[in-house]
Amino acid sequence: MTNIRTCKVLVVGGGPGGYVAAIRSGQLGLDTVIVEADRVGGTCLIRGCIPSKAIIHAAGKYEAMQAHVGAGHLGIRLDKPPILEMKKLVAWKNEVVARLNAGVEALLKKAKVERVTGWATFRDGKTCDVRTADGMLTITAEHVILATGSRAVELPFLPFGGNVISSTEALDLAETPTHLAVIGAGYIGLELGIAYRKLGAKVTFVEALDRLLPLYDKELTRPIEQWLKKHGVEVHLEAKARGLEEKKGKTNLVFADKNGAEHRLSVDKVLVTVGRRPNTEGWGLENMAVDMNGPFVKVDKMCRTSMKNVWAIGDLVGEPMLAHKASAQGEMVAEIIAGHRRAFDPVAIAAVCFTEPEVVGVGLTPDEAKKKGVEVVVGKFPFAASGRALSMEAGADGGFVRVTADKESQVILGIHAVGAHVAELSGEFALALEMGARLDDIAGTIHVHPTLTEAFAEASLAAFGRAIHI
Amino acid sequence: MATYVFKLPDIGEGVVEAEIAAWHVAPGDTVAEDQHLVDVMTEKATVEITSPVAGVVQSITGKAGDRIPVGSDLIVFETDVAAVEKKPAMAEAKPAPTLVEPGPAPALAARPAPNAKPVATHRGRPLASPAVRLRALEKDIDLSNVPGSGPAGRITHADLDAFIAGGGRLAVSGGRRKRTTVTEVPIIGLRRKIAERMQLAKRNIPHITYVEEVDITALEELRQHLNAQYADRPKLTLLPFLMLALVKALRRVPQANAHYDEAGGKLLQYDAVHIGIATQTDAGLKVPVVKHVEALDIWQAAAELARLADAARDNRAKADDLSGSTITISSLGKLGGIVSTPIVNLPEVAIIGVNNAVDRPVVRNGQIVIRRMMNLSSSFDHRIIDGADAANLVQEIKGLLEQPAAIFIE
Repeated sequence: MTNIRTCKVLVVGGGPGGYVAAIRSGQLGLDTVIVEADRVGGTCLIRGCIPSKAIIHAAGKYEAMQAHVGAGHLGIRLDKPPILEMKKLVAWKNEVVARLNAGVEALLKKAKVERVTGWATFRDGKTCDVRTADGMLTITAEHVILATGSRAVELPFLPFGGNVISSTEALDLAETPTHLAVIGAGYIGLELGIAYRKLGAKVTFVEALDRLLPLYDKELTRPIEQWLKKHGVEVHLEAKARGLEEKKGKTNLVFADKNGAEHRLSVDKVLVTVGRRPNTEGWGLENMAVDMNGPFVKVDKMCRTSMKNVWAIGDLVGEPMLAHKASAQGEMVAEIIAGHRRAFDPVAIAAVCFTEPEVVGVGLTPDEAKKKGVEVVVGKFPFAASGRALSMEAGADGGFVRVTADKESQVILGIHAVGAHVAELSGEFALALEMGARLDDIAGTIHVHPTLTEAFAEASLAAFGRAIHI
Repeated sequence: MATYVFKLPDIGEGVVEAEIAAWHVAPGDTVAEDQHLVDVMTEKATVEITSPVAGVVQSITGKAGDRIPVGSDLIVFETDVAAVEKKPAMAEAKPAPTLVEPGPAPALAARPAPNAKPVATHRGRPLASPAVRLRALEKDIDLSNVPGSGPAGRITHADLDAFIAGGGRLAVSGGRRKRTTVTEVPIIGLRRKIAERMQLAKRNIPHITYVEEVDITALEELRQHLNAQYADRPKLTLLPFLMLALVKALRRVPQANAHYDEAGGKLLQYDAVHIGIATQTDAGLKVPVVKHVEALDIWQAAAELARLADAARDNRAKADDLSGSTITISSLGKLGGIVSTPIVNLPEVAIIGVNNAVDRPVVRNGQIVIRRMMNLSSSFDHRIIDGADAANLVQEIKGLLEQPAAIFIE
């Protein structure tokens, strides 16, 4: 027997785009249904941002404790090395995820959103069938918000399974691999690779391009390169993975270097992080008559698809594939459906890599600005000159804040930073860009001493050649 | 370190002060001898001032639009040779943008600051906070139409309020938009000069304007014949004929070729006829003067007229070319219209305005015939020129132009 449900708003996908759209839609008093086959929270909460940050945090703690073993460090001494119990670490991470997941469920409930667990398959633009535990449910909605997210890209010669894992499995390993090979030195690969290095694994990167983190300029990635070098992490650039050889119970990763010469690495896990692609298959998108934009669903500034009252948000509609972008779009679409005028029109979307050290970027780099024909002025302030950084062992990693401004108007075009804890500066950076700040707005804002944020004000002063502490 | 103070030189003609039109150097600039420093404007002309020395500009006095007395300090140079060579490198080493420092403002802006606030766009988008952008979107206002008053033209809530109060919202909701931006154009330089002189003339002179039509059919035939006959000579327009006719007509009404010295209570009546030709240029109205027209033949008058008009339009006219007229002709050529009310060029007492020449049906000997007709709209200082004198002068000119051979007969 098929049940039929009609509603004002149907959200498909319970990630940070979909669940925010549903909560906002519910807040606005719209009859809202959200369909998700898994727990709500999406890649971000279940198998991405949050669990990886938990693992990264624990890895950092474990690594920091090693420094106290033997002779001691900072006057703190451990007689014996700390012992890593990977299963308990994963269990703790799962607790964090479970708590947040329960929080999202509660928020949906509070917003009077109906939660349907199951896999939705669309018949047409406004109707889908969901196979639920209670049988088939057909949902017809006035508005449909597509928020199906993305998945890790699979390499045909290194299909996921067994010892070849994606970021999802990397967050659920029962034990630390002895030798982890990471294919792709983008931010996901670097974050996880670095975390496993801290947890004691030997880690090797195989990257097809000539540098790691290609979205950031070399100045920003240099401190990461230094960390990797210092910690014995090999990075093979311009190298192409070829496949896996299983011989006598041993696993070899085969890759070709830039000259075409083949190499074999004895590994026990291969983490493939070569990108993500939108989830556009398996749920009837082809029946909805919406236009595509390459692999993505095509949308305009209001996240409207080519089909009336069908909306799409998040990773499904394009780069940057970031949770905070998806959430902002979800919130906006709900408000548009409720009759407000909204448009997705950010000045910039900040991006953060929780590498070692961390990298944060918002807006244009100096090179990007120059390519647009803008004459820029750049100010830089190193954390080596920051009292706060030194007082928490964050002054020696080569980190800095760099601000890029239009030379004529002094309007800030981009802010980038690398260094320990810089992810937490991203909010001020994004605010500066959204508010249209000029260099002297930042320089004229009294920043608390001693904090890392002082480096932002100092970098703005440095653009005038007037930094105080360098 | 040697310094050299360059004072505003005497530009001649008893000029006691000059207005700075445009600076071409700024403090810190290295200047070669004879390099163009500044344009100053006198009563009559814009004069290019060049450097008497080589050196580095230390300071400059005044900004565009300021009036500076002759003999006052204009530019201070550092002329020490070593310093001259060293300075530019130092200047380049300075960080480019300057943070707004509290304290005295720099002596001048190298170029006049535009007073009109530009609409703030940055990298193609208006500079405004998310809250302002959202409000604009909700009210259907395109922020690129909203002038911003904040730093770098940032649009504030107050700017948006003002835009809405000014009808901005209505302005952008329809296909045609109301435009609310007011652009402030500083009235300086030649424009200010024109404004002042026009005001002075209109306030002080009781004008009488007299309009008469002239049949120039015969004159046109003669003109075209001469142009065809003497293709190697300067092209004749109507103006040289009018100038020569005016010289002749002034013999009957000599008091129209004069300067009225109101304070001295006398009229300076000139034998020489120096005719000012009101000329429109890109910079504004200029009046180059053809000197001693009484001594020129038609070709010479045409050549001199062409030379002066070109010089005025190209901004090359010397002060002497733009001064000393005893009477003025105002012609807008094809834009001449039917009638105009020219303003007398103080301290002169007469101005002859030329309107457009067109073929019109007129009555001759009881028949309607087509003739090339042109009106002359001429204004006079009624304190000096009586209505009858004005009529006499214009009728004399009319007679000469209608029988053009008479222009050339002594």
